[in-house]
Amino acid sequence: MSTIIAATLFCVGCKPNDAAIQAAIQTKEAAGITVAVTKGDVTLTGEVEDEAIKTKAEEIAKAEKGVKSVINNLTVKPASLPVVIADNAALIKNVTDATKDFPTVKAEVKDGVILLTGEIKKASLITLMQHLSALKPKKIDNKLTVK
Amino acid sequence: MALRDKYKALIDATSGISDLAIREIDGILYIDGTAADGATKDHLWEVYNQIDPNFTSGDLVLNVNVAIDAAVTHAKVITESSNLNIRKGPGTDQPIVGKAAHGEVITLVNRSNDLWWLVRTKDGEEGYCYAQYLEAQA
Repeated sequence: MSTIIAATLFCVGCKPNDAAIQAAIQTKEAAGITVAVTKGDVTLTGEVEDEAIKTKAEEIAKAEKGVKSVINNLTVKPASLPVVIADNAALIKNVTDATKDFPTVKAEVKDGVILLTGEIKKASLITLMQHLSALKPKKIDNKLTVK
Repeated sequence: MALRDKYKALIDATSGISDLAIREIDGILYIDGTAADGATKDHLWEVYNQIDPNFTSGDLVLNVNVAIDAAVTHAKVITESSNLNIRKGPGTDQPIVGKAAHGEVITLVNRSNDLWWLVRTKDGEEGYCYAQYLEAQA
């Protein structure tokens, strides 16, 4: 008899709590993470970018008031392709080719970084940036004056 | 994480991009992938331009190129208005061997070099053109 009362009390008390806890955690978690709560036990599912995000997600859930346990079923996306940065000599040549038709633009290349100075028409800027981004630079440091 | 937040709208817009890779290294976000068509690529650049007007932040390298079917044999010259130089080899240091008019459709001979495609005009001139000024014809 006492077990039934306890169970009833428990569930009366816990049902709205679960929903509230779920909502509270969900808003704090990154996109792609699904939060489920049953009687204070939290289960996280979904796919995240890296281990750091997975660990962080668990910490967020554990920190929430009313949470008893956290089951972390998040999976980490397969390691993405490494970032390839062009060889500096190749980049210098390719930047020369790419900027040839933009006579008002001056481009310097150092350690994989393309430094742009001079001026450019707004309409041409996207084209130039698209051309340069395809050359696998480390960075494009755009100091152009847009006219 | 901060860069992923800053460029969230852009990352959201990459949902249809194949071979997508998004990485943050030393304060720069690298987005690589292949777009199904030119309009998809241009849309990404519009979103990028909205988040970082005139691309002055230097914290993103957006390298999304347009997928080209292996069966494609022709390309249209998409210079702003001028003729497109056809060169002896792949590079602006190479001598000019011919020209293709703006809007002209030319034959693709070889696309093994990403930046310079080997082409042939209807007059039979053969040489290399800067690929960014060519639009593959379906």
